[in-house]
Amino acid sequence: MRIVILGCGRVGSALALFMDREGHEVAIVDRDSSAFRRIPPGFKGQTIRGLGIDEAILRSAGIERADCFAALTNGDNTNIMAAQMAKVRFKVPRVVARVYDPIRAGAYHELGIDTLCTTVIGAGLIQDFLLERPWRSIEEYAKLVSLFEQ
Amino acid sequence: MFVIVAGGGKIGYYLTKALVKEGHEVLLLEKNPARAEQLAEDLGEVARQGDGCEMRIMREVGMARADVVAAVTGDDEDNLVICQMAQRHFHVPRAIARVNNPQNEETFRALGVKEVVSATSVIYNIVEQEVESGDVVPVTAIAGGRVEVVQVEVVQDSPVANKLVKDVPLPGECLLAAIVRGERILQPSMTTEILPGDTLVALVGPEDEHVLRQALASPKRK
Repeated sequence: MRIVILGCGRVGSALALFMDREGHEVAIVDRDSSAFRRIPPGFKGQTIRGLGIDEAILRSAGIERADCFAALTNGDNTNIMAAQMAKVRFKVPRVVARVYDPIRAGAYHELGIDTLCTTVIGAGLIQDFLLERPWRSIEEYAKLVSLFEQ
Repeated sequence: MFVIVAGGGKIGYYLTKALVKEGHEVLLLEKNPARAEQLAEDLGEVARQGDGCEMRIMREVGMARADVVAAVTGDDEDNLVICQMAQRHFHVPRAIARVNNPQNEETFRALGVKEVVSATSVIYNIVEQEVESGDVVPVTAIAGGRVEVVQVEVVQDSPVANKLVKDVPLPGECLLAAIVRGERILQPSMTTEILPGDTLVALVGPEDEHVLRQALASPKRK
């Protein structure tokens, strides 16, 4: 599979590594070239410096032939915009945007954009650990988003 | 009208001032607290601090009641999210977005935000207009980018100079909308003669723009 990752922070660099080690073709984009230091040596994928909401940059990362796209910068709106560009403009089959704000994640989920709100998933996991309860499914954690909506 | 302006930079500030002057109900949202305070000192209660992308703020300021939302922050991604949320979640009838990267004009339209303004494109078009008299100059795009409005100043060596409208080989998807001659705006008929000094205004589909260019532009501009 060919995957394009936007944002080489902790999550982006980890995903790039996991995918690379499983033999997938990875291209990772970050506006700051020093972010690529997080990727351990031996990474066979491509690193591209540039803005993720720039079509020319996404093209140079090979988005036109990508099977999946993950938007993982620390900006919710950048992720939302980039994910929509991947889905609508470049017809990438599988697209996800990490969104910190639970309400925004919920709203865009309703609008048909696959969002993963790691805020509520993380908080839910920690809650279960503290209360010594068995883990719930990802769907159940994701549903916690609804607690933020009036 | 109730207008919500998101982004209190220079554009947001002057836009708010102009709208208030015209008697509209306006609310200016600015994310940065220091800047918001500065704006409030100047504009009064019209300006308030808040992130226009936050659902909570949108509800508090009465987004659902707005007639127009203008997203004019310096970040294209923020302007996109503000407009999309306003349109789809709060059913605001008109959402206008400023884009900084002109490439994003097309992207915004594809993502459902149809009213897009790019200062870069506007200035670019004016620059082109200044240097390339005799050329076909794009003025703006309408109908969600499907129709280009173009203008051309007819010069002595233009292929259409001193020709009748019916003798100009226009592409299929093209409408010669007006001839501007001095102070007058003429409605072209088949027998109108095109004169040097005229400005022709035409509507054309993006695919046919180069055909129109062949037909209208002076030889050294093709």
